[in-house]
Amino acid sequence: MSMIVVEAQNLVKRFGTVRAVDDISFEVRAGECFGFLGPNGAGKTTTMKMIYCAVRPTDGVLRVFSLDVQRHPRRIKQQIGVVHQATTLDEALTVRENLLVYGRYYGLSWAEAARRAEQLLDFVELAGRAHERIPRLSGGMQRRLMIARALISEPRLLILDEPTTGLDPQARHAVWERLRQLKRAGITQILTTHYMEEAEQLCDRVAIVDGGRIVAEGPPRELVERYAGREVVEVQLAPDGPAAAVVERLRPLAEAHEVTGDRVLLHTRDGERVVHQMRSLDLPIEGVTLRRATLEDVFLRLTGRRLRE
Amino acid sequence: MMDVSLRGAFRFWQRNLLLFRRIFLTALPENFLEPVLYLVALGVGLGSYLREVDGIPYVAFVATGLAASAAMYGATFECTYNAYVQFAYDRAYEAIITTPLSAEDLAVGEVLWGATRSVIYGSAFLAVAALFGAVQSLWALLLPAVFFVAGLVFSALGLAFTALTPSIDLFTYYFSLWITPQFMFSGIFFPLEALPRWVQQAAWFAPLYHAVRATRAFAFGDPADAWGSLLWLTLAALVLLSVPAVLLRRRLVQ
Repeated sequence: MSMIVVEAQNLVKRFGTVRAVDDISFEVRAGECFGFLGPNGAGKTTTMKMIYCAVRPTDGVLRVFSLDVQRHPRRIKQQIGVVHQATTLDEALTVRENLLVYGRYYGLSWAEAARRAEQLLDFVELAGRAHERIPRLSGGMQRRLMIARALISEPRLLILDEPTTGLDPQARHAVWERLRQLKRAGITQILTTHYMEEAEQLCDRVAIVDGGRIVAEGPPRELVERYAGREVVEVQLAPDGPAAAVVERLRPLAEAHEVTGDRVLLHTRDGERVVHQMRSLDLPIEGVTLRRATLEDVFLRLTGRRLRE
Repeated sequence: MMDVSLRGAFRFWQRNLLLFRRIFLTALPENFLEPVLYLVALGVGLGSYLREVDGIPYVAFVATGLAASAAMYGATFECTYNAYVQFAYDRAYEAIITTPLSAEDLAVGEVLWGATRSVIYGSAFLAVAALFGAVQSLWALLLPAVFFVAGLVFSALGLAFTALTPSIDLFTYYFSLWITPQFMFSGIFFPLEALPRWVQQAAWFAPLYHAVRATRAFAFGDPADAWGSLLWLTLAALVLLSVPAVLLRRRLVQ
């Protein structure tokens, strides 16, 4: 069995004249959790849809389990589970029936589907809700049920499009815990997310996408070190101070800097030293915060701060 | 390129059957009670003035026609509004095509399910119609098959429209320009000989005209009048079945 689960080479998807995915290459290895990060419209979801064969590539190579997505969609789909961004449960059916019906799509007998449904409802802690209708479940429960449903075929690859968007912190942690358990069980995962914390928590490797291209790729900690340094010193400028002059004096203190509105971010390996040197300069500033650099810093540096609609 | 698995289509059909058991009561009025109201108002009310048509008691004449229209409405509501809501609002189709089922399986399963609803509503109405003397021959045992074939035609057309329509609002055109005219001018309430010749010729192209003809002929024991219309419906079903499959694939897999 190949160690490469998904292999993309020079993958392109055009919708009319729009290049939603513009020549990307990546690999997802067996057993890892791979994350796509990017602003809205970056091409994350389109890429995922090509992997689960709901969008056909315009150009390039895309193989899942060494099978070409254009030629073997049924065989690929038999081995993957998909958790959509939107809730796509059958609302008129009960919790358990939603799982049974899905099991049937994958060719399971009713008896086998029922056996797995019982186990999965235990796994996502919905056993007590088996006979309830979908509208009676909270958002977090619905998301857990979506995950259970995606697992009914015992897939080797799980694809999750923004698995925790819109959930409260408790529900989000509950989902994370399940996903970590699944990873320990050896299930490969590909996810998209807007939450940098989620990517740092779950992903072994991430690809940051913008404008249909991959702008950086690697383990989250490595990307942080490479693009944001180890620590960030956030300097709040005085409202009426000589901003440009202050920035000019701060700049040599760190390896990299960024100005956003009335704040200056200094990226550095040694935040303590920067803060110390800054004190001795006696600049007109309102406040200083020292914090660890995060994936969010990398993300914003690479994709910019412009709002995406 | 078509990619149909009958097994996949059957599994989607099974899912619809399960859903139907849950929504049966809410779907009852539009598909079943309405034709019963027509039967009472026109068949019994108007029938007390108009005793016979073509040698058949008027209430029985209308009842057989309405049975065919119940089959039309059962399939049409399923494959228009129901299918559109599942596709556009619940996004159930989007989820299902990530399983081994293809868009074509889904289309074929949906059409088969629409036809199944035709059989359910047509037969249920027929049972009521029998009380008014509308069933006079054992040939009537073939009527569920007529409803099924007619249901395939109406389902395929409805689902094709659903796959093309950009908005749920456009279904009113489908009903006002296509379904309601058939209901009025397919010989349910009066023989078409009463109308100009070109109307009769146009009616030949309407599936409901043939469904009504075949239903009436079998119900009254004149099978000779039924075969031509049954053949028309069968050929139409065979020709049309692939249309929603192709259109739905185009809509779901970009």
